[in-house]
Amino acid sequence: MARAVSPRRKLVFTLLAWAVGLLIFFPIYWTILTSFKTEGQAINDPPLFFAFDWTLENYALVQERSDYMRYLWNSVIIAGGSTLLGILVAVPAAWSMAFVPSKRTKDILLWMLSTKMLPAVGVLYPIYLLFIEMGLLDTRLGLVVVLMLINLPIIVWMLYTYFREIPVDILEAARMDGANLRSEIFYVLAPMAIPGIASTVLLSLILAWNEAFWTLNLTAAKAAPLTAFIASYSSPEGLFYAKLSAASTMAIAPILILGWFSQKQLVRGLTFGAVK
Amino acid sequence: MILRNALGAATALAMLATVSAHADTITIATVNNGDMIRMQGMTDDFTKQTGHDVEWVTLEENVLRQRVTTDITTKGGAFDIMTIGMYEAPIWGANGWLVPLDDLSAGYDVDDILPAMRGGLSHEGTLYAAPFYGESSMIMYRTDLMEKAGMEMPDAPSWAFIAKAARAMTDRDEEINGICLRGKAGWGEGGAFITAMSNSFGARWFDEDWNAQFDSREWSDTLNFFVNMMNDAGPPGYATNGFNENLSLFQQGKCGMWIDATVAASFVTNPDDSKVADKVGFALAPDNGLGKRSNWLWAWALAIPAGTQNEAAAKQFIEWATSKGYIELVADKEGWANVPPGARVSLYENANYKDIPFAQMTLDSILSADPNNSTVDPSPYVGIQFAAIPEFAGIATEVSQEFSAAYAGQQSVEEALEKAQAITNEAMEAAGYR
Amino acid sequence: MATAHSRSAARLMMAPAVVLLLGWMLVPLAMTLWFSFRKYLPLRGGDLGFTGWENYSRFISSSSFWPSIQATLIIVGSVLAITVLLGLLLALLLDQPIWGQGIVRILVIAPFFVMPTVSALVWKNMFMDPVNGFFAHVWKAFGAEPVVWLSDFPLGSIIMIVSWQWLPFATLILLTAMQSLDREQLDAAEMDGASPLARFWYLVLPHLSRAISVVILIQTIFLLSIFAEIFVTTAGAFGTKTLTYLIYQRVLESQNVGLGSAGGVYAIILANIVALFLMRIVGKSLER
Repeated sequence: MARAVSPRRKLVFTLLAWAVGLLIFFPIYWTILTSFKTEGQAINDPPLFFAFDWTLENYALVQERSDYMRYLWNSVIIAGGSTLLGILVAVPAAWSMAFVPSKRTKDILLWMLSTKMLPAVGVLYPIYLLFIEMGLLDTRLGLVVVLMLINLPIIVWMLYTYFREIPVDILEAARMDGANLRSEIFYVLAPMAIPGIASTVLLSLILAWNEAFWTLNLTAAKAAPLTAFIASYSSPEGLFYAKLSAASTMAIAPILILGWFSQKQLVRGLTFGAVK
Repeated sequence: MILRNALGAATALAMLATVSAHADTITIATVNNGDMIRMQGMTDDFTKQTGHDVEWVTLEENVLRQRVTTDITTKGGAFDIMTIGMYEAPIWGANGWLVPLDDLSAGYDVDDILPAMRGGLSHEGTLYAAPFYGESSMIMYRTDLMEKAGMEMPDAPSWAFIAKAARAMTDRDEEINGICLRGKAGWGEGGAFITAMSNSFGARWFDEDWNAQFDSREWSDTLNFFVNMMNDAGPPGYATNGFNENLSLFQQGKCGMWIDATVAASFVTNPDDSKVADKVGFALAPDNGLGKRSNWLWAWALAIPAGTQNEAAAKQFIEWATSKGYIELVADKEGWANVPPGARVSLYENANYKDIPFAQMTLDSILSADPNNSTVDPSPYVGIQFAAIPEFAGIATEVSQEFSAAYAGQQSVEEALEKAQAITNEAMEAAGYR
Repeated sequence: MATAHSRSAARLMMAPAVVLLLGWMLVPLAMTLWFSFRKYLPLRGGDLGFTGWENYSRFISSSSFWPSIQATLIIVGSVLAITVLLGLLLALLLDQPIWGQGIVRILVIAPFFVMPTVSALVWKNMFMDPVNGFFAHVWKAFGAEPVVWLSDFPLGSIIMIVSWQWLPFATLILLTAMQSLDREQLDAAEMDGASPLARFWYLVLPHLSRAISVVILIQTIFLLSIFAEIFVTTAGAFGTKTLTYLIYQRVLESQNVGLGSAGGVYAIILANIVALFLMRIVGKSLER
């Protein structure tokens, strides 16, 4: 169903939308641009947009000082591991809530969300002591578990609202045909649920990637992810805008690229069933 | 053939085993200051000498502090060496959390460490952390601007002179601020500066019964003097400026004077980073004729948390990083101006180092600081820009937040002092001092 | 329709998530409660015994307590208002037929992928710095005195940074909800001569109410605990100390775990009050 739109109106809206989009994106663009300047050019007044000597010097310096790949790898493992684990735990829970709802389903969901309200810093000491006790300090495993628990409520809720959109009639029909629980899941549900799961995975990855309190406080050298990498560039002595920009670009680039490629998925999943 | 390969592999394995029996991997937490980053670059030399590998955890100062404090108080054991300051070392040492450094090798020459540094990093005569570099604070000023203002900087100026010179040097149209000082909240930032400054005004944090003294005339004089001078001659938004912001302003030629850490001298005179490298003069931090100057004393030092698995290797690292040899290594590779200053007497006796323009003033500043006797009126605490009690960091951060709000014009100096008094007394009561 | 069999299967499937979260909630909660009644000073040797309600009364009687509640509510409320309002406008705009819609959408959601620490550092240094920041350059170009953002508009600056981070989230959800709106109904309303405002008010807004609820609920949970943005920018100075930040100061800067734990309990209470409040407003539209 195409709406008749005058080209002029479309042009006006296009210009407006692009202006707003570029404005919102500008800080990221500026960071990326600054990462290719020298420190002197980075603070130049007036600001330099194109006419400067593009240099990769900052990236080389950052790489020389800290082994980027190691932090990146830890980030990938921690974000990926916590997401995988979270999905494994959350899918059955969300499935049963969506298809076998009881009176308490809503309460359980809200309770799960409420566990996110305990301020992290308040329990730093208890958790730290617990981690020492269990030998989890500075291990990826420890962070995988913690980040999984932190994001689990959101994951469950997202999956729940997504699963709820799957028409129950189909399930009924499958049951009539004598499908057992397993085939119900694999042949009927999975194909319909996978887009929702995919977008949940993406959101969980983003949240885990960007988590900066626990990843910083529960690691030292071995398990430190990109959030720790950034903490060493945050305000060193002397001029640092260009180096900070390079480090920032390196820290956000992987997740940004992933996000861009899969933004359609994200758009679908982020709605939490709000579309319905 | 197969046998020979297997034999070869076995020998290689055995050799690997003998090496790894001695080679440890030590984890070091440190702050992202220039000298420490240089040290990271030199790590290969240490590994070559000892076979030990080093893993660095480099963090911004505030993050580092929270990270190592959490680990040491819970005996977490995440680090083999921690970079700590003069505030932490005696407190942690007293708690038995640090390995005493009383058996360093003869070649290390522990007596060569500047007595002020050694004293500040010891508890009851036992050294708990070895100074990597030490600092006091002093005036760095633009000789050209001073001349233009028709004034001459004495070696040991008074606050009255500084305020006059600051106003004379200020040129708002040219974006030149007569004086740049720390106003940023945080006990180690603006809190450290104003506390050191207050000493020269005769103020103190506590009287001998641990009563807060912010209701005294001396504190009110200090703060009013500071705010008036900064409003007339300081940079815009000085309430958010710390060491780093001021360094960058000074390097860009936007400050006439800057009173801050002596280590900054090598940054502002480095032509690679500083536009004014050849126009910087140095003088002792100002006083008010009361017998105390406004300079502080600080050291970034390396300490070993008690209970670490790699104590021996950690000690080896500390002996390497804070040795005379390390200083020579840096001098060799990066020049004498870039060696870690303020830790060793021998550095200041070195003929090569005497040519460095800020060397003598740095030493004089360090020597004129006395943590055991920092205030005009008697006080119960040790420390110049801090009081070496565990509660201080928390209290002083809150107090300095009130001061910063006054600098920003959000409240009056009187209000800030009133709140500071209440905050401090409340916290000291909670801690059981009063 | 659910059989007893499928009910027990459902319970079984829910069990891991519920048990894990129960553990994740109860263990720290129990420890927080325990510590909140202890005099726990790590730098003075650790757990120094029972103190009754002292930590609770001390935390609440501190001169920083009520201002911190106020700052928390201002930040959460303002960011919610800004992101929902601007998100609505943006969603309306992006819902129009435009050239390069996909790319514009990517530009708009990008901030959501940036770590809070990174965005705080970038905003603070490269934009808000009164001497070298981008804004200062722009202000000077127009002959104006650069604004000292972090001390002149401390709360405003933080709200701006946080809103920038969360605007994409709100926009995305509202946009997707908008795209499911019944076009024919809208067109019909237009033909009947309903003004754009009336169409928005009577057709679009009701349709979006559920999406708006979701935005508010999820964002509130995250906004109540923002930390990095404050830590990096003002470090709690100039009245930007939120309850979360105050607890951080008590636990880590003052090294008083007991007092901080009591603060944690207050934070849970506040969160629940806010949650209850939210449920009143939001809960209804979730029921649908």
